[in-house]
Amino acid sequence: MESFFTRFKNVLVLVAILLAQTIGLAVQVRRPVESGAPDSSRVTLIRYWAVSIVTPFERFFHGIGHTVRYGWSNYVDLRNTRQQNHDLQDQIARLRLEQASFAEDAMQGHRLQVLLDFQQHYVSATVAAQVIGTSGNDLSRVIYIDKGAKDGLKADQAVITPDGIVGKIRDVFPHTSQVLLINDQTSGAGVLLATTRIRAILRGSTTGQILINNLTPDDRIKPGEQVLSSGGDQVYPRGLPVGVIESIKVDPDHQPYTLIQLRPAANLNQLEEVLVITGTQTTLSDQAQKDLTAGAATAEAQAAAKQLADQRAAEAAARSAAQIVADRLPSIHDDATDAKAGTAATPAATTPPVSVVPKPLPTIHSDRYSPGATPSAADLKPGAAEITNSTAPQTPTPDATTQPATPKPVQPKPRKPQPAPDSTQPPNPQP
Amino acid sequence: MATRSFTSRRELEQHSFPPAIALLVPLGAILLQALLPRPFPRLAILDLPLIVTVFFAVSRRNPVAGTLTGAAIGLLQDALTAQPIGVNGMAKSVIGYIAASIGIQIDVENLTTRILINFGFFLINSFLLFLINRRLLGLTNFHIYWGHELIRAAINTAVALPIFFLLDNTKRNE
Repeated sequence: MESFFTRFKNVLVLVAILLAQTIGLAVQVRRPVESGAPDSSRVTLIRYWAVSIVTPFERFFHGIGHTVRYGWSNYVDLRNTRQQNHDLQDQIARLRLEQASFAEDAMQGHRLQVLLDFQQHYVSATVAAQVIGTSGNDLSRVIYIDKGAKDGLKADQAVITPDGIVGKIRDVFPHTSQVLLINDQTSGAGVLLATTRIRAILRGSTTGQILINNLTPDDRIKPGEQVLSSGGDQVYPRGLPVGVIESIKVDPDHQPYTLIQLRPAANLNQLEEVLVITGTQTTLSDQAQKDLTAGAATAEAQAAAKQLADQRAAEAAARSAAQIVADRLPSIHDDATDAKAGTAATPAATTPPVSVVPKPLPTIHSDRYSPGATPSAADLKPGAAEITNSTAPQTPTPDATTQPATPKPVQPKPRKPQPAPDSTQPPNPQP
Repeated sequence: MATRSFTSRRELEQHSFPPAIALLVPLGAILLQALLPRPFPRLAILDLPLIVTVFFAVSRRNPVAGTLTGAAIGLLQDALTAQPIGVNGMAKSVIGYIAASIGIQIDVENLTTRILINFGFFLINSFLLFLINRRLLGLTNFHIYWGHELIRAAINTAVALPIFFLLDNTKRNE
């Protein structure tokens, strides 16, 4: 018997170790779920020892790296900072205007939610934390942050960045926490497709992708659609960005369903700082209320300014139309006023002859029927012989050199009296 | 005059390591493995603890020591992940045992042999992880992409060779 153990010592040791670990795995997998804890107390203790060994070194190296980066970025690499500052100021101004445009809708939505007694959860308290390490295993997507139970963190609290959700706290140690990323194969979250409002369940995968595989084919779902947290999982508050649909294809393992792959909103591969949501409330926070009120006030001011500008433009347009109509309508004008206006008017002012009553043009070849050719009845004597009127208007001959062959251009004020015929001109030969 | 005699190749080429090296090198490998993927996410493809496991196993040429070293490194690695503790422990125990057993039979100082055993052990490790996750833990959605595993094995082999040469300097003959 002794020789058996001696001879197969190596194999027996291997079998014993594998057996012990198999039993350990079975205990962990079959363990009834305790309240909020991902592992049993013994497993948590083993993890705690391992984390206690590793995290001091991680903190040390992270501190060195942080100091170097801080010194470089805050004291050395300050090129284009003024330009960036200017750009950011512009961006803030633009975002304020955008905020104003959304504030009214937000307030209205909030009022409707209150009316419908809809319980919305708003983020009220967060704890900022820095990422100090990873699991070091690409089959388990886990990060470690530098805040723990002493900072008020608890298991199952949501971890986010300003870009979107990151994951949830899996295990909490006194000064460190383990965060399970949403692309881990054991991760899951309730999500909502932003456009189609379809609810779904998001899962991680062994390759680090985030997938939705519980939806049947639907033509309304298109690549590029934004995906938000639905709040149904009781971990992530509703409405946080999760990602964007990258591709949709048939799931080969579950045939009626589709496999929707998402591009995460947060950069899960290079996380530096994260926010842990430690508290939510059903009403908006004071700061958010103030921001919303400021946005609404800006929106009202914008609307009032726009209304005033529209009113002024309408008045100007109406005045202009009335002026045009008044100018076009025929009216009686005083000759003296017209003459005065004619002498004072500039050529530019007299050019449009729109309000002038048409008058006959001056005659080119005058005869006895021409206006002014017949003497006044008061000058005539009954029975007297007809005399040639020397004052009759004469038309210049074409060969005359002292006068132009053509009459003068029509005056802009034709209502003026006809000019008296020049008596010095020789009379036209009568036929 | 007392003379030493060696009765086997194992006794001829069995090496040992100073306790500090035997303790700090695996710890350093696990620590680097946890630290490096944060600034350089692509480096998550490395498996430094497995490289160290293979090195110590083939150098000591003792299957029991190889098994225990693999189990310890794997369990510590598991403790830092979200997986059940024992997944990497079991895989690396088997790798340590096989590596030590091979080390008795063949010359593991040769460069070609080192390339082959590293490449082979990385593929075996992937296969063992697939078996444990799929069969023991019942994770039906656990998939393995063999193209990716081949690339991973090649990259880790390339990284393992200089590490082996560095650690060769820490050996001491018994």
